[in-house]
Amino acid sequence: MEALGNQRSRREGGGPLAAAEPRASWLSRLEHAAFAPVTETSRWYYLWVAFLLLVIAWGVYAYSHQLREGLIVTGMRDRISWGLYITTFVFFIGISHAGTLISAILRVSQARWRTPITRMAEFITVVALVSGAIFVIIDLGRPDRVLNVIRYGRWQSPIIWDVLAITTYLTASIAYLFLPMIPDLALFRDRLAGRVAPWRIWLYDLLSVRWRGTGAQWRSMGTAITTAMILIIPIAVSVHTVVSWIFAMTLREPWNSTIFGAFFVAGAIFSGIATLIIVMAVLRKVYHLEEYITEKHFVYLGYMLAAFALIMIYGNVSEYVTTGYKLEEGAEFHFRQLFLEQFAGFYWFYFIGGLVVPGLLVLFPRTRNIWGVVAAALLVDVAMWVERYFIVVSGFRVPLMPYEPSSYAPTWVELSIMVAGFALFALLITLFVKVFPIIAVWEVAEDQESIETAPARRPLAPGATLDPAEGG
Amino acid sequence: MRMTPSRPKLRARRARVFRASLELRCVKDMVDDQRDVPAPRPRLDGLQIGRRGFLRVIALGALGFAPLPILPSLIRAALGGSVVRSMGDAARAPSGRIRQWTMIIDLRHCDGCQSVGKPPQCTAACIQGHFAPEPMEWIEVFEGDLPGGGTQFIPTPCQQCQNPPCVNVCPVAATFSTPEGTVLIDQDRCIGCRICMAACPYDRRFFNWGKAPVPPEAQLARYSAEHQVPAKRGTVMKCDFCPDMIRSGTLPYCVQGCPKHAIYYGDLEEDVATNGEEVVAASRFLSGNQAYRLKENLGTKPRVYYVAGHGEAVGRDAFAKGRMPTKWPWAETVNGAKTWKR
Repeated sequence: MEALGNQRSRREGGGPLAAAEPRASWLSRLEHAAFAPVTETSRWYYLWVAFLLLVIAWGVYAYSHQLREGLIVTGMRDRISWGLYITTFVFFIGISHAGTLISAILRVSQARWRTPITRMAEFITVVALVSGAIFVIIDLGRPDRVLNVIRYGRWQSPIIWDVLAITTYLTASIAYLFLPMIPDLALFRDRLAGRVAPWRIWLYDLLSVRWRGTGAQWRSMGTAITTAMILIIPIAVSVHTVVSWIFAMTLREPWNSTIFGAFFVAGAIFSGIATLIIVMAVLRKVYHLEEYITEKHFVYLGYMLAAFALIMIYGNVSEYVTTGYKLEEGAEFHFRQLFLEQFAGFYWFYFIGGLVVPGLLVLFPRTRNIWGVVAAALLVDVAMWVERYFIVVSGFRVPLMPYEPSSYAPTWVELSIMVAGFALFALLITLFVKVFPIIAVWEVAEDQESIETAPARRPLAPGATLDPAEGG
Repeated sequence: MRMTPSRPKLRARRARVFRASLELRCVKDMVDDQRDVPAPRPRLDGLQIGRRGFLRVIALGALGFAPLPILPSLIRAALGGSVVRSMGDAARAPSGRIRQWTMIIDLRHCDGCQSVGKPPQCTAACIQGHFAPEPMEWIEVFEGDLPGGGTQFIPTPCQQCQNPPCVNVCPVAATFSTPEGTVLIDQDRCIGCRICMAACPYDRRFFNWGKAPVPPEAQLARYSAEHQVPAKRGTVMKCDFCPDMIRSGTLPYCVQGCPKHAIYYGDLEEDVATNGEEVVAASRFLSGNQAYRLKENLGTKPRVYYVAGHGEAVGRDAFAKGRMPTKWPWAETVNGAKTWKR
């Protein structure tokens, strides 16, 4: 991938900082940029949080209504028995792959340009997993019995695979978010003392686990990060595979597919990249991170988006040509509803608007800029949600016995709860940036250092510019 | 080193960062921790997390995951957890072996109750007997197209699969196979995730979307997985094959309700089945009439057999389409009955 191949070109290019600038002032600006969200809070921030809280409160009201009346208040019924909740669950678990891909895969491949955006990616993972897991419980008919899953869990059930995979992934993601944050937390602890509220210092002190930056600590952290980043990749792949198996383990024609797992994982990474681009664009604007998150980051992520758009197009072709050629009973009905009738609008929006157009936006030089990539990312995220929607609903709609096909329309309760879910996602990110460093300060600084000292080291092998991640 | 630090503080920090990366570059040579720069903040002296400590934490964290798959068993063992059971012991044939309940539906005798001028009476009897909430039709009479034109009526109860997809996917063993070869649901354990409904290839599972109306007489019923009365909100229900009725010496409601005696109920173990009028040897009856099962290719191995036909034995014309819509008369006697659409 070109994006990964370009990782070293920045050294020659000089990076974001003017070559003549003294390192000290550069460092202090970096620190200031990292401290800014924590030390300064504007009125808009409170307004935004209040708005999100209002949306969530409305969702909570809708859910309390559902708890009182039962799932009858949703548009789901016996023949289409999953709807917006499961769609949103799958979507959120999908975008949780942002962190894995950007952070773990780029770290493993030593792509240095990742450093300013890894923290955001890792946090999207954790937040999306939390938001997504909530939707499974919302979808339950008896949320009061959710602990039965632990008490009577059967490992033969795809639901249990999901519970295990997602909890493992959540724990691993939290560890993977936390580990590289320790030096930054220590930095916050040391440099913000007296400048911010005492509870923050107490929190940074607690979370920085007595980090002093000794050689042993760097080595330990390097080992831990290496272990975590290697472990988290198969975990992430397994997560979305078993999410797809909730569908693929049933005897329904549209889901009866061997590539479902791979297809879902590709879609997950695809939407994860898109979400990262959007979050990056917003935080960059709000917290003035233009110096660190540059057009290059958007374009590189845009290339990945385009690559995964191609994989997705291939997945669609592979899936639908093999079943459509034979057109078994049920497949015919499914193809008609998907390509021509009830879901045709959704499908073609997804295929054209979510796969082809974003790819073109990135590939045409005229639109290969921040705006173009962000527009592509927005399209991709909407389209991937739509894809999850028609996969779930159209799969249920294929009649199993001789009866009239059913229909599904979400109610205000489902829509409210779904919107509240997205608000929760936004709120958690909003709160996070107020407490934790949104930029991996030490990684950016170290990356910068390797650029500065690069001329002296250039004769060495490419692996010589180690970062602590490789220390173990 | 091309730059000159402007402030001592920054110089210290700079040295620390650079030193760290240096040290990482020669990990193998660095055995002693004594070269570490001491912390500038004395309050942390005496306690440091070294590599070993750190790895220990990570290892403990990993160990925390290891027991996850066996956790449910451990919890069950600790709580003395109950195993879901049907109401009583498995029924046994005179030979002492466990009975294997079966249903044989003779479609030659089913006219969808067209000649009676009523909704299908098997469905009606089932609804009345189980207080099945509207719109549940545990045994539903589908009207399928015949390949050469015309239609046939297919009364469809739960197929009682021997390789049941619903049981396979249930996360909490709320739906389970019994020794008698039936599939039951424990509504006291069901969490309402509805993956069994996604898994059932016969559309034979129904969800209590709202709070189903409960008539006074149903309040007195003793609930069991074999007799799902009263209905419980937020759980899945379906045909339970009425093993409780057999135990008391009566045939299931649907068999009793059928005016054309098209439904046979019996025991494959003793090789006997009856429609309430005549008794047949199940195996002879099945093979003699080229019986088949629904969606045989799925490998679900149903316990419900069909004899092909379209009501010709009771004088139905295959081109006489349509049946009366199903009704839930008992629900009308309950105040504030709230139903939902299928």
